[in-house]
Amino acid sequence: MKKRFHVYFMVALLIMTALGGCAGGTGESSEDKSSVVVGIQQDIDSLDPHKATAAGTKEILFNIFEGLVKPDPNGNLMNAVASDYSISEDGLVYTFTLREGVKFHNGDEVTAEDVKYSLERVAGILDGTALMSTLSADKGGITSVDILDPQTVQVSVGSANMELIYSFTAAIIPAGSGEDAEAHPVGTGPFSFVSYKPQEGVVLAKNADYWQSGLPYLDEVTFKIVNSPDTALLDLQGGSIDIYPYLTDSQAAELSGSFQVMAAPSNVVQALFLNNADETLSDVRVRQAICYALDKDSVNEFVFGGNGAIISSAMLPTLQDFYVDVNDVYGTGANIEKAKELLEDAGYADGIDLEIKVPSNYEVHMQTAEVVAQQLEAAGINAVIVPVEWATWLDEVYNGRNYQATISGITCDQTPGYLLNRFQTESSKNFINYANAEYDETYLKAAASLDLAEKAEYYKELQNMLVEDAGTAFLSVPPITVAVKPELSGYTFYPVYVQDMSVVRYTK
Amino acid sequence: MRYFGKKTVTLIMTLFLVSVAAFLAFQIIPGDVVGSILGTEATPEREAQLREELGLNDPPVVRYVNWMTGVLRGDLGRSYRYSKSMNEMMPVAELIGDKLPVTLWLAVLSVLLIVIVSIPLGVFWAKSRGRAADAFFSVLTQTTMAVPSFFLGILVTYLFGMVLRWFIPGGYVSYQDNFAGFLAYLIFPALSVALPKIAMTARFLRNSLLTEMSADYVRTARSKGCTEQRVMYGHVLRNALMPVVTFLGMIIAEIVAGSIVVEQVFGLPGVGRLLISSISTRDLPVVEILVLYITAVVIVVYFLVDILYRMIDPRISHK
Repeated sequence: MKKRFHVYFMVALLIMTALGGCAGGTGESSEDKSSVVVGIQQDIDSLDPHKATAAGTKEILFNIFEGLVKPDPNGNLMNAVASDYSISEDGLVYTFTLREGVKFHNGDEVTAEDVKYSLERVAGILDGTALMSTLSADKGGITSVDILDPQTVQVSVGSANMELIYSFTAAIIPAGSGEDAEAHPVGTGPFSFVSYKPQEGVVLAKNADYWQSGLPYLDEVTFKIVNSPDTALLDLQGGSIDIYPYLTDSQAAELSGSFQVMAAPSNVVQALFLNNADETLSDVRVRQAICYALDKDSVNEFVFGGNGAIISSAMLPTLQDFYVDVNDVYGTGANIEKAKELLEDAGYADGIDLEIKVPSNYEVHMQTAEVVAQQLEAAGINAVIVPVEWATWLDEVYNGRNYQATISGITCDQTPGYLLNRFQTESSKNFINYANAEYDETYLKAAASLDLAEKAEYYKELQNMLVEDAGTAFLSVPPITVAVKPELSGYTFYPVYVQDMSVVRYTK
Repeated sequence: MRYFGKKTVTLIMTLFLVSVAAFLAFQIIPGDVVGSILGTEATPEREAQLREELGLNDPPVVRYVNWMTGVLRGDLGRSYRYSKSMNEMMPVAELIGDKLPVTLWLAVLSVLLIVIVSIPLGVFWAKSRGRAADAFFSVLTQTTMAVPSFFLGILVTYLFGMVLRWFIPGGYVSYQDNFAGFLAYLIFPALSVALPKIAMTARFLRNSLLTEMSADYVRTARSKGCTEQRVMYGHVLRNALMPVVTFLGMIIAEIVAGSIVVEQVFGLPGVGRLLISSISTRDLPVVEILVLYITAVVIVVYFLVDILYRMIDPRISHK
């Protein structure tokens, strides 16, 4: 009987070592094929480039699809499927010349038909439902797409808008392929789609026919869904992911010895958004008191390790031509006396209660909320943090507008107007219920302007109005902090949210 | 046979109630799948279109009845969140079918580990009563039981992944691509699942053994000249294992239903992880089926344990 007892242990031991042994072996994939694994945080929402809305999906699809034009690392547009374009004087007609020899991943050359199909699909001309609201036919977007000759496409739009050109980054897909785009996405980008598994990730392969010669360098790129920020760190150190673009400040410090850790400003405007329709907050003095009470410097220090940018209105400092620095209005440090004084004026000498709903899936916003709540306390504002799920946040805060205050961020997809148009009184995205007739008027003037300098002036006026009305307590532009393994080079930041893998390569 | 019939009715009733409860919960909690898919870029037109596509415009009762009749016919419905092509959402059966093997294999490995390690350990521990080993095991199992599983998962990752480098953290290999590699990776999550259960089972067995050892028949066995070995393996162990079987049954049900936390820590795309993400994206059809699956597993395993029990100990059915 004792023998059997030993056998038990021996078998257990054998199994352990045998399996442990193979585990070591599976890690080394074929060295001749250069591949990279990028950790991502969320599952993708759609592989159809016209339907995908999540920023976390678009950053991946950037590698598969291209529009007539596409964003470049400097915040400008570069020609992609189009080799050239011109816009008529009145801003109503866009003429695109197609680049010769651009091929889809299925081997077919891109024709004017494909461009017409793609643009009509996003504008809703094909079936009545626009997939991209800026290009929507009913909203001053595309009214018709005409093929002038096999290399030239003319697009007519309903109203002149200088920023509309950014919407021509909409993906060009083969004519008639929309039905199949979800299962077999085909584009013209540097990488072609290989496979997607829900909850696991996306695998892409090199597009050998890519029109930019020499690119991409890598043979294979995998975007792998990482469970949590904590496991991401272990995954990086263990070597199962090579690039991870969403490090927190403390993780960055921990990795800085063994990885290349780089930070750049993101395209997110983070704020303590205040519901202007709330009874207490409808008083401008209360909102101003909150702005005075905030110590944005220490938020930046504690949450972002000093790598964020402090803002006081709704514009990214990186959009230099349109940005005006209004940080002096309330200062970047705390001014408790001023805050208390304003509260007293407003009839709240005993202070106020403030409920801050925070989407709990965003670590950065949660951390900020904790710092902010403490700062408000000093000015007699009794802040309570209520963490909510993302779906709840969308329902209650963003769409339902049933909240007092929230800490969140607005992601700007390149056009400066995007950050300002939501604060028009009637905008469906005006979730802070900001109402200022002068603002609405000025915004319309800005939108109609065809002169860049004039437009910029209007935008600056708008930012000033927002800060004077204390429409919302803007906080900062959080940094993006990326870890890249030492053997890789070429990782490039964009002012928009994309992971451009075509320029990444091995140097060792 | 009557017993079996009764159990089946209980199973069906419970499944029905659970499905209604899950459905109701989703009507009450804020946020819906349309908001979750479209996010902050939602436009009223896209929302209306999506609602139509997903069939969310019907009243809740109609939706529930439609879904239920589908399930009864063997159609588990389609995910709201994952699409297969432009006009076709991913069937839930396909989505879960893909993830289920991960959870099941994790369960198999965990249960193997538990049985292989805990039984000899429990016996050894019972035999060493009063010695240093007794105190040692007592502290060890107490500690192992007290460590929360996510932390244990991280400890295992750290020790075997970072220090010993026996596996690559996060280096999950799909069972479809490389089955051996898949199992090899799974051994460590299985270890994290198994460790606290091993501690519990061993402790349980040890206590059960000690109780049995003070029984009269043990004295009789000794007095008729049985060796200690024979007393232990011939008489005591068999009797002491009986309650352990029930205990193991409960553990198995728990593991097969999904080791949610461990799946998260090790990046395993199993049903536990699918459940979490489906709840947060409000993917009701997927949640419904997963909840039914978990309920069914628990009830069926308990039922099997019950039957097994009757087979081992004929006295029970006479009660």
